[in-house]
Formats: sequence, structure tokens, C-alpha cells
Amino acid sequence: MTLLAFIIGVVFLAAAVFFVVGLHLMRTPRTARRGNLISAGGMITAVGATLVYAITLSHSHSLGWIALTSGVIVGGTFGVVRSRSVKMTDIPQLVSLFNAVGGGAAAAIAFADFLGRDVSAGLTPSTSVPVVLDVIIGSVSLSGSLIAAGKLQGVIPGQPIQFPGARVVNVVVVLVALGAGGAMIAQPTSWPMLLVVLVASLLFGVLMVLPIGGADAPVVVSLLNAFTGLAVAMAGFVIDNQSMIIAGALVGAAGTILTLQMAKAMNRSVLTIMLGGFGTGDSGSVALGATVTANVREVTADDVGLQLAYARHVIIVPGFGLAASQAQHEVAGLAKLLTDHGIDVKYAIHPVAGRMPGHMNVLLAEANVPYSQMLQLEEANPAFDTCDVALVVGANDVTNPAARRPGNAVSGMPILDVDHATSVVVVKRSMSPGYAGIPNELFSAPQTGMLFDDAKKALGDITLAVKQYVTT
Amino acid sequence: MTETLFSNLAIFVLSLLVGFEVISKIPSTLHTPMMSGANAIHGVVIAGAVAVAAAADTPAGYILTFIAALFASANVFGGYVVTDRMLRMFTPAAARPSTPVAATTPATTMSGKTS
Repeated sequence: MTLLAFIIGVVFLAAAVFFVVGLHLMRTPRTARRGNLISAGGMITAVGATLVYAITLSHSHSLGWIALTSGVIVGGTFGVVRSRSVKMTDIPQLVSLFNAVGGGAAAAIAFADFLGRDVSAGLTPSTSVPVVLDVIIGSVSLSGSLIAAGKLQGVIPGQPIQFPGARVVNVVVVLVALGAGGAMIAQPTSWPMLLVVLVASLLFGVLMVLPIGGADAPVVVSLLNAFTGLAVAMAGFVIDNQSMIIAGALVGAAGTILTLQMAKAMNRSVLTIMLGGFGTGDSGSVALGATVTANVREVTADDVGLQLAYARHVIIVPGFGLAASQAQHEVAGLAKLLTDHGIDVKYAIHPVAGRMPGHMNVLLAEANVPYSQMLQLEEANPAFDTCDVALVVGANDVTNPAARRPGNAVSGMPILDVDHATSVVVVKRSMSPGYAGIPNELFSAPQTGMLFDDAKKALGDITLAVKQYVTT
Repeated sequence: MTETLFSNLAIFVLSLLVGFEVISKIPSTLHTPMMSGANAIHGVVIAGAVAVAAAADTPAGYILTFIAALFASANVFGGYVVTDRMLRMFTPAAARPSTPVAATTPATTMSGKTS
């Protein structure tokens, strides 16, 4: 080991410490921003060290550096511009898009490295195995994440897309990818074979995500995030770069944990999500019996305003509907009005509220809601017992008391105990069931009033109504 | 060669374990920024683009270098900027210019990294 290689190794180690400390600091909102900056510092360190090493080793072809620089300028500009302009409600698809390109970059690196090698004497498995794995995982992540982003953005229909014989096609594509990959490892001599691996894997990524419903897309994004992490780690093996191995493994672990937690919060297993065909809502309209709709009590914005104005403890339960109608500023405005008049207001946030875990917290933070008012599931549930009015805005399955009983689609799912509140108001556009496809018993409970409207408009009306009662 | 492979494998496995340990302590309220932050971290793949650029000496190599650099830099720059934008909103409101409630669109309330 030369002195330079030793120094580079130490610098890589320092970068790894930055990444781990940065992630660690993301556990509280107060330190999270600093954590991200420390992680960025680790990034600069790792890339800088790689750059120094590459320059000293390079038999310098200026075209390579030109290709690198122009790629960085174009890609970096795109990334920064998109990041600065994206709406907070559209964060999940942007994360998915960045994930896609990360996977694509990892696959491109393995491919380029393979092309640059002299394979006439064959390759050791310690190189060929990570090359093949990198190309497979990176390509699946690239095409799969693009499809998931398209579904979240609404460019691609959110319904599961299935066609006859899809399973057979899937199996064939996987066999081609693995077969070509195996051949590459056994006899790594021809790049067209690696191209077959690449194309089959890209195709598989598309086929894997198309049949998954829009509601499950966030879980898939998280899973593919783990994939990209692993692809980057494999690329690290290929070019022998420890900072890529460490960072890739960290992200692989993060994505895996998030995927499992999300699946748990949605009461689904990762396997059933991947098998797809869920989230159509077709079965629900059949199950919506007359008994449920008959007992529904409809209320007006004025009724709700009166109730809120004379309440002492109010809990707001924001859900996907709030995010969809971009009503985070309206809800925050209403809450501030109530708080200013001495009413205690809290938000009860289910782990999968919004379009990905923690997304609702980001939306509320954007609307200047203090972090201390946001209750997680475990903190929120005891609070419902002493709550006068629970205002549910665009949330559905996560409030269904049927989850406490066995034998239905939401059984066992962690829910918010909204039905424990003295009075419940649900703002929702219609009685249509949520993604689980079963009626919500909360809506027909005696203490519940339904306000059928778009979240943004309803919250505006309620705010006006409250103003009448609190100022006079 | 096998020695390098072994130490790299050890690093890989231990990093996975550290990742599981660190991530499982993060509350669900911060999962979106954390996922975005982790997403930015795998932008370290740009180091791979650098290595590939240094070795490239064929047209195919240059093209792949360009693609890798394009993708990786969108990932790394975009990832860090958007994560920072999100996390900045979690800092107390007093530290930021106040936002008129109920009238502003998200796109105009937050503009980049200036604070």
C-alpha cells in the first residue's frame, strides 16, 4: 500500500463517519438539518478523495474529464433546479426520480468498468459477480423508480396495470436476466451478454412496478431506495471504493427498514404489495352496505365552526385528502385561530399519512405548524379520550374502528382512536371507501358528523364560521 | 485480491448493521426527510463516475461516463438540496421569515437555500 492509498483510505473512513453521524442526527428535528449538512460534508470528502486518487493514477484522456464535467453540470443543474421548485406535496415522486438516476448511474459505472477491462484472460468472480449484480439491481431500480414516480405524479395511471400472462412474462424476463448474468460470471468475455442483462433488468423493473397500485407506490419507492443503495455498494466493490460500499450499505439498510415499517403501518406484507393488484377500490363499493350509509349524519361548515369555537381540546387528523387538495396552509390557519382563542389544538399523525411516511409532518411544517403540536400515533391515542372535537380531514382507513376486530381487511392495522373523542367531524368528499375497500364504521358512529366537501374549501368555510363565533 | 474482497465484504456487512441500528432510532415524523437524506447519500455513486472518467479511453467509455456523471450529479445535488429545504421547515418558525397563512402557495413560500 502506497502512502497515497493509505491517506485515501483514511479519508474514506472519515467520510463514512460523517455519513453515520449525519444520519444519526436526523433523529430529532432540532439536529436533523445539521445532520444533513454533515452528511453533505462526508460526500464532499469522499468525492474529493476519489478525485485526487483518479487524477494521480490517470493516464489522462481529456475527453473522459470533459464527459464527466459536462455530465455534472447538466445533471447538477437539473437536480438543484427541480429541488428548489418542487411542491412539498410532490416530494415522493422527486425522491423516486433521484433514486432512479442513482441506480442508473451505478449500472452505468459497472458497465463502463467492464468495458475498460482486458477480459481476454477472464475475470475473477470477485469482479464479475459485483458487476453483474450492480447492473441487475441498478437497472431494476432505474426503470422501476421511474414508473413509480410516474404513478405518483399521475403521468401513469395509478391503478394496477395488468395484462394476461403477465406472470409468465415476468418469470421469463427474470430468467433471461439471471441466465445471462450467470453466463457472464462463468465466462466473462463478451459485452453483448452484459447488455442482455441490462435490458432484461430494465424490463423487469417496469413489469415489477406497473401492477402495483398507486397507494402502494410509496412502499415500492422505499424498497427501490434500498435497491439503489445496494447497487451503489456493488459499484463500490467493482471499482474498489470503500466510501461507496459503506454509503450504499447504509442506504440499503435504511430503505429496508422503512419498507418494512411502512408495510406494517398499512397492514400489508411486502410480498402482497409486490404481487400487486391492490388499490383499485372496486370491491369496496359492493361492500358499502345500506346500514352504513343510512346512519350517516351530515353537518354544515357552520355547525362545525360552532362546535370548534366552544371546544377546549381539539385534535386534527390530517390524511391523504388534505395533501391531495394542498390544504396544509388552511388547516394551519384554522388551528392558529383556535389556539389564539385559548383552545388546545394538536395534530394526530398516522405513520403513513400523506403519500409516504412522515410526509404529512413535512407538509404541516411547511405551513409553520410547531413540531410540538404533532403527535405520533402512540402519543395521540390517549389524547383522544379527553378530546372534545376530533376533526378528520381526508383520512379514512387509519381511523376505522373495525381494525380492532378480527376478520376484515383492516384487522390488526394500527389506527388512531378517533372514535374515543366526544364529538367527531369528518371532512371528506364522498362516502367512498379508502384503499382497504371497506366502509369506515367511524363515519356512521352516533357522535360523528360528515362534512362532504373538498378539504381546502371546507377548511376555509370552517375558519370563517369559527371567526363569527369567537369574535362576537 | 481475495484479501481486498474480504475486507470490503466485512465493511459492507458492518455498514449494513450500523445502518439498521441508526435508522431504527429515527421517529416516523422524520421519515420523509430521512429517506430523502439517505437518497442523497447514495449519490456518492458520483465518486464512481469520477473513477470511470479517469479510466475512459473509448467512445463507449466516454458516453457511459457522461451518463453516469449526469445521473449521479442529479442524485447528489438534488438530494441534498431538497432534504435541506424540508429540514429547514422543521426549525422553529421564529428563526424564519413568517409566512402569511392560508394564502401562499408552497412553491413561493420556500425558495432554495437562503435563510
